[in-house]
Amino acid sequence: MMYEIIFYGRGGQGGVTAANILVLAALKQGLYGQGFPFFGAERRGAPVLAFARISDKPILRHGMFYETDILLVLDRKLIDIGVTKRVTVRDNGVVIVNAPHNYKIDLDKLSLEGKAKIYQVDAKKIALEHNLVVAGWPVVNTSMLGAFSKATGIISIDNITNAIREYFGGKIGEANAKAAYQAYNELNLLMEV
Amino acid sequence: MGKLVALTGNYAVAYAAKYAKVDVVAAYPITPQTSIVEKLAELIESGELDAIMIRVESEHSALAATFGAAIAGARAFTATSSQGLLYMHEFVHWVSRARIPAVMAIVTRALAPPWNIWPDHSDYMDQRDAGWIMGFAMDNQEVFDLTLQAFKISEDPRVYLPVMVGLEGFILGHTTMPVELPDQEIVDQWLGPRRQEYVIDGREPLALGNLAWPEDTEEMFMEIQKAMNNAKKVIKEVDEEYGKLFGRKYGGLIQCINCEDAKYFAVSMGAWTGDLIEAINKLREDGYPIGVIRIRFCRPFPYEDIWEKVQNAKGIIVFDRSISYGAWGPLFSDLITGLYHYTNKLPTMSNIVAGIGGVNITYNDFARMLTNFVETIEKGEKPPVFTWYHKR
Repeated sequence: MMYEIIFYGRGGQGGVTAANILVLAALKQGLYGQGFPFFGAERRGAPVLAFARISDKPILRHGMFYETDILLVLDRKLIDIGVTKRVTVRDNGVVIVNAPHNYKIDLDKLSLEGKAKIYQVDAKKIALEHNLVVAGWPVVNTSMLGAFSKATGIISIDNITNAIREYFGGKIGEANAKAAYQAYNELNLLMEV
Repeated sequence: MGKLVALTGNYAVAYAAKYAKVDVVAAYPITPQTSIVEKLAELIESGELDAIMIRVESEHSALAATFGAAIAGARAFTATSSQGLLYMHEFVHWVSRARIPAVMAIVTRALAPPWNIWPDHSDYMDQRDAGWIMGFAMDNQEVFDLTLQAFKISEDPRVYLPVMVGLEGFILGHTTMPVELPDQEIVDQWLGPRRQEYVIDGREPLALGNLAWPEDTEEMFMEIQKAMNNAKKVIKEVDEEYGKLFGRKYGGLIQCINCEDAKYFAVSMGAWTGDLIEAINKLREDGYPIGVIRIRFCRPFPYEDIWEKVQNAKGIIVFDRSISYGAWGPLFSDLITGLYHYTNKLPTMSNIVAGIGGVNITYNDFARMLTNFVETIEKGEKPPVFTWYHKR
């Protein structure tokens, strides 16, 4: 098996960090992982991509991709302005959106190849509850990883939270691990198409 | 024994330098190399690595300072990319001609102009006539292993030449992958203390780089050619020892994948060989008997090892990620010359230049090029000797 995963966020939201933590969590799960940023110039606040691959075999391929099995959207407004159309979600794909509970998703703003499950998690609310704020922004990336674990089942929540603890260490690691665990429990299936 | 961690290729380089217990690091930041020096600065600052970081104003000075420290007896390390490597080119020659062991990581990036930060091999291959041993890794584990091995090879008295370790920017340099870190004590025992032919530390007067008569100069050059030849044996020995101690050996100067029953061979170097192997794994299911020869060292050039594998080949396709303008890809030229040592009836050979300026070559691209090559020969036709594979 090989999963290709895209984090679509804004520069500064921690998509690359999330991709790197996911690699660490994959190792804990006994899998292989690869995580990397968009190769080019990036700006805080601008829409940016981060990438990850998870496989049960050593990963041979390299480079960016625009077809994904799992799309994590760190800011729902990226869907509202339509930039998420740039990425194609493969058949039987998964989309996880950081959005409030009552979020109405416009399917025309996504490129779905076939069937997909679309999930919602209020990562912003969870971050604020755990006082996870950096430079004025709620830290949503670790919650998205908890949601990823629940939605896909590829990596257990224990391996996700342990990877988060190892990555940040100390109190910050603990707070982020708790946020991820809460997101795991609060994930909602928004719709199945 | 080891510890499994997730590291970018650049961090894998920095950790290898730490495990080699380098005494001096002198470097100047440049994309996509910067995070190597950042990490080393962090390790030195935190006291995890007992070394001196020399901050310099340019790459020319970075290699000059590395060279100076190495001459004085320090295990010295630097890293650069692209324009930075061009800027230090004069000193690239100084280090090899002085026969001073040193290790430099090249996080490869296209050469400007036009300005470009993406990976190909043009900066690295531009240095191939400079008398350095040149290794190139395929993944981050090998980046770590090769960097550590580079110190051992460089400081072997049969060699005493500096070593470059190549890794592509971004696709390795900025990509996080699993890396197993070894036990420090075993590394210490295996690598041993710094070795070099001579030391200039002020205690004894010694001149370096003064005027030499033509014959003397030529003899010094001839000695480098001899040391390069010795290095072939040393590289294999080091790889064997490393395999026994740390559980990973790569095959010496080349790595062969699916070669046993292969009728066709694809030759390549660097991370994109992974994408090539993925293509061949797929094509093998469809009955294409293709093997991969991955060049781990292009200086010294491993033509003997390659000949051993391709003696009965129906066709060899060589993928180059750089170009010698007006000629061909350098790996292709070197391979043809090397094989001519053994035969004047070469198998059908084809050179593809691709991935220049960071153009992403996927396993689908490789599959397309390979099926085209094999099917052309199977039809009894001759594929073009040179193709620039361009995707637009």
